Amino acid sequence: MNKSPSKKEVKISELNSITIRFAGDSGDGIQLVGHQFANATAIAGNDLSTLPDYPSEVRSPAGSLGGVSGFQISFGDESVKTPGTKPNVLIVMNPAALAVNIKNVDKGSVIIANSDAFNQGALEKAGYSSNPLEDGTLANYRVLPVPVNTLTENTLKDSGLTRSQILKCKNFYMLGIMYWMYGLPLEPTVNWIKIKFKKTPELAKANQLVLAAGSAYSEATEMFDARFQIKKSPVAPGNYRNLTGNEAAAYALITAAKLLKRKLFYGSYPITPATEILQTLAKHRANDVVVFQTEDEIAAICASIGASFAGCLAATGTSGPGLSLKTEAMGLAVITELPLVIVNVQRGGPSTGLPTKTEQSDLLQSVYGRHGESPLVVLAASSPADCFTTTLEAARIAVKYMTPVIVLSNAYLSNGSEPFRIPKLKELPKFDVPRLPEPGQFKPYMRNPETLARPWAYAGLKGYEHRIGGLEKSDGDGAVSHDPENHELMSKLRAEKIARVAADIPPTKVYGALEGDLLVVGWGSTFGAITQAVNEARRTGLQVSSAHVKYMNPLPPDLGTVMRRFRKILVPEENFGQFRMMLRAAYALEPIGLNKVQGQALNSDEILVKIKEILRGS
Amino acid sequence: MENTKLTARDFAPSQPVKWCPGCGDFAILAQVHKTMAAMGLPHEKYVVVSGIGCSSRFPYYVNTYGVHSIHGRAPAVASGIKLSNPELSVWVVTGDGDGLSIGGNHMLHAIRRNIGLKILLFNNRIYAMTKGQASPTTQLGTKTKTTPMGTIDYPFNPARFAIGLDCTFVARGLDTDMALTSRILERAAGHKGTAFVEIFQKCLPFSEKEFDDLKDPQKKDDLTIKVEHGKPLIFGKNRNKGIVFRNFRSEIVEFEAGSIPAEVAVYDETNAEMAYLISGFQAPEFPIPFGVFRASEKPSYEELYYNQVAAVGDTKGNELETLLSGPDAWEVK
Repeated sequence: MNKSPSKKEVKISELNSITIRFAGDSGDGIQLVGHQFANATAIAGNDLSTLPDYPSEVRSPAGSLGGVSGFQISFGDESVKTPGTKPNVLIVMNPAALAVNIKNVDKGSVIIANSDAFNQGALEKAGYSSNPLEDGTLANYRVLPVPVNTLTENTLKDSGLTRSQILKCKNFYMLGIMYWMYGLPLEPTVNWIKIKFKKTPELAKANQLVLAAGSAYSEATEMFDARFQIKKSPVAPGNYRNLTGNEAAAYALITAAKLLKRKLFYGSYPITPATEILQTLAKHRANDVVVFQTEDEIAAICASIGASFAGCLAATGTSGPGLSLKTEAMGLAVITELPLVIVNVQRGGPSTGLPTKTEQSDLLQSVYGRHGESPLVVLAASSPADCFTTTLEAARIAVKYMTPVIVLSNAYLSNGSEPFRIPKLKELPKFDVPRLPEPGQFKPYMRNPETLARPWAYAGLKGYEHRIGGLEKSDGDGAVSHDPENHELMSKLRAEKIARVAADIPPTKVYGALEGDLLVVGWGSTFGAITQAVNEARRTGLQVSSAHVKYMNPLPPDLGTVMRRFRKILVPEENFGQFRMMLRAAYALEPIGLNKVQGQALNSDEILVKIKEILRGS
Repeated sequence: MENTKLTARDFAPSQPVKWCPGCGDFAILAQVHKTMAAMGLPHEKYVVVSGIGCSSRFPYYVNTYGVHSIHGRAPAVASGIKLSNPELSVWVVTGDGDGLSIGGNHMLHAIRRNIGLKILLFNNRIYAMTKGQASPTTQLGTKTKTTPMGTIDYPFNPARFAIGLDCTFVARGLDTDMALTSRILERAAGHKGTAFVEIFQKCLPFSEKEFDDLKDPQKKDDLTIKVEHGKPLIFGKNRNKGIVFRNFRSEIVEFEAGSIPAEVAVYDETNAEMAYLISGFQAPEFPIPFGVFRASEKPSYEELYYNQVAAVGDTKGNELETLLSGPDAWEVK
């Protein structure tokens, strides 16, 4: 592609990382190019983190401010832990995309705009009275206007496609430009196009031509005076794949079922941003995966409880409002002591709230949100790839302890992606299924002395016929019992069983010194931002460490000791202090909160500012 | 498989059954034990699933696998079991309140999917366990604890509800008519898709007189009609009344006993329209129908599901690592 000598010396700068944001109308294929770009950077050996950001309306009017779809990616060496705060390069496909995103771009950054889309009508829709590409308002930015529509039409004028078909390819033109700029290979996307448009070879050809043309244009034109080489990330050898958090959770469930040598049953009802788990699993039916799209959230968890009673590894997935609906059935899963994985991909609440935006505000609902004494295990994933590890761990605990386990993910993790190292079979955890006693010795509520798990005798298994249900059962034999002492005993046993999961929790890792002025304690999706902020703070000489919690219930047994070695504790979270409240209750400590409830992820700058504020004030 | 033949007694519970003395549920329970024994499957292949209510204590009283779940959700729990393991014979026991009020949505979707569940809906037209409030089948104008001036909610007709949803097997039985209930359960047991059986069952404390007329030897022959595939629709103490369908309407004709006019309809349980007309019969204009209203063949949900899986081809043998790699993995050396 780049064989011909350039007309002008192009400067190649090497950077540790860069943040790029693609933005355009929701019909412009922004998520698609973003995803392709992410794959290309990953294949080129970069670490990366992505953040898709799209409107909740199915399709806002074309060109309107409400219809702007964005995809941000940060890529580079191992320092990349988040999709970045502000883009260094903003690519806008129309004026609305510029209007929505410009406030988040620092002066001096690069703006690449599809100048053809900046016509009178589109400018008015975006609220511009004159063309910002020409009127000097962007004087402090490096603006690179590219007539993408015209260039795409020129490229495809002999293709035989209609004008509207041709214009649909323009996103690949822009992608080609970006590939050139960052020295990324076109091949992965070319291969993807070939598979995607297998049935329409004329479109496959057109998209390939446009992609190559975009790259060639950048090579030939003199407007781009710089190319960038982004430092690679030193990664462990192995096979990699770029996965979103939702895909990672889906693959973890399949993996867990395989390790357990049982069918996977996934009952679910579509809900943003969890639906992709259901969609991913639906493709794998032939792999001993039973996927049941139910009539509602309640049916989803109930069918999964039934499947668990029938011996499947059962799971259900949802988002906040759906978790509320599943609440009563979770109580049933607790009292019947059946293994069940419940993935809650949190979004902004309450009620419908912000369906496509991220939050961490279902923590208390997950840990406490049921009637009665109803403890279950809650885990939180910290990155898109960690959704795999955490969901797999949830399944392992569910089976070992015969309990429902909630996995907390959120919109930020579920849609974001990062390279995922495909594990070798031998690296995966062991699944201990509680051994069944001989039929003659079997009682439904007899318990493993170590874990307190009851035996998982499932329907269809000869000699273990028994009845379970929502009514309190007597200890051991499992007959319905209203005996007051028995109820208290059973409540204690169920609580003690969950408490014993603590034995499986590894020691809390502290990043930085083991004692000092400040420990930043995080959970879930804030991992990347906290790590980046703490690294930055330590570089400037501040005495700060961080610890990240995955086990939300029960809490890690050493967490109190770890925290007490620091004078101050900061808990950044995307809610009004739910984890902080849990820590206060558990350890009688008074952590400082950094809270954000804007449907946006906390970013490292915000955390860094808070760290500085605390340490300077102390 | 061992060849020991099971009897009704093998399905009887080890625990005492706690329903009010004289409750119609006892008789139905005995018929279910008998039907399961007659079906010939081993113990472990049966699962009884229920929701909440008096009838929903049923799983505790059948010596098989059982789940006493939460209010209204039995069809959902049962669907998960059946889809996980289609070899199991899965029975749902529910009441009019449980199955048609809080659980209405699950009921209608189980029927829509034609999933292989045997759903027994005990209809006593009252909330019995919560002691006497109106249910979705309480007849218009009935005074209950929550409707002291009489109900103004039009009642559901459960059999018609199921027929309206194109349920592939729909029948109505009566707790005191053992022979009828037995025949119905036996056929439901052998049905492939969703079998929906409504059983009129009186609640001694709260709807004691509800079905008295239908059981009164003096009145019952004129107030009820038994539908049977291939048999003419006749009823009456003297077997001298018949049903005629004219212009999509049902009419009653009287004739001399023994000489059934040709215009009297011969019942066809595979005919959805006939089933719909029959299910709408209300006393006193028409006799209340009992028997198998609808029995038709259609692939079940689980059958369609596993056929799709078979069509894709078995990839179970694939290495987990291959599966995880997918088509777009790359290698770092």
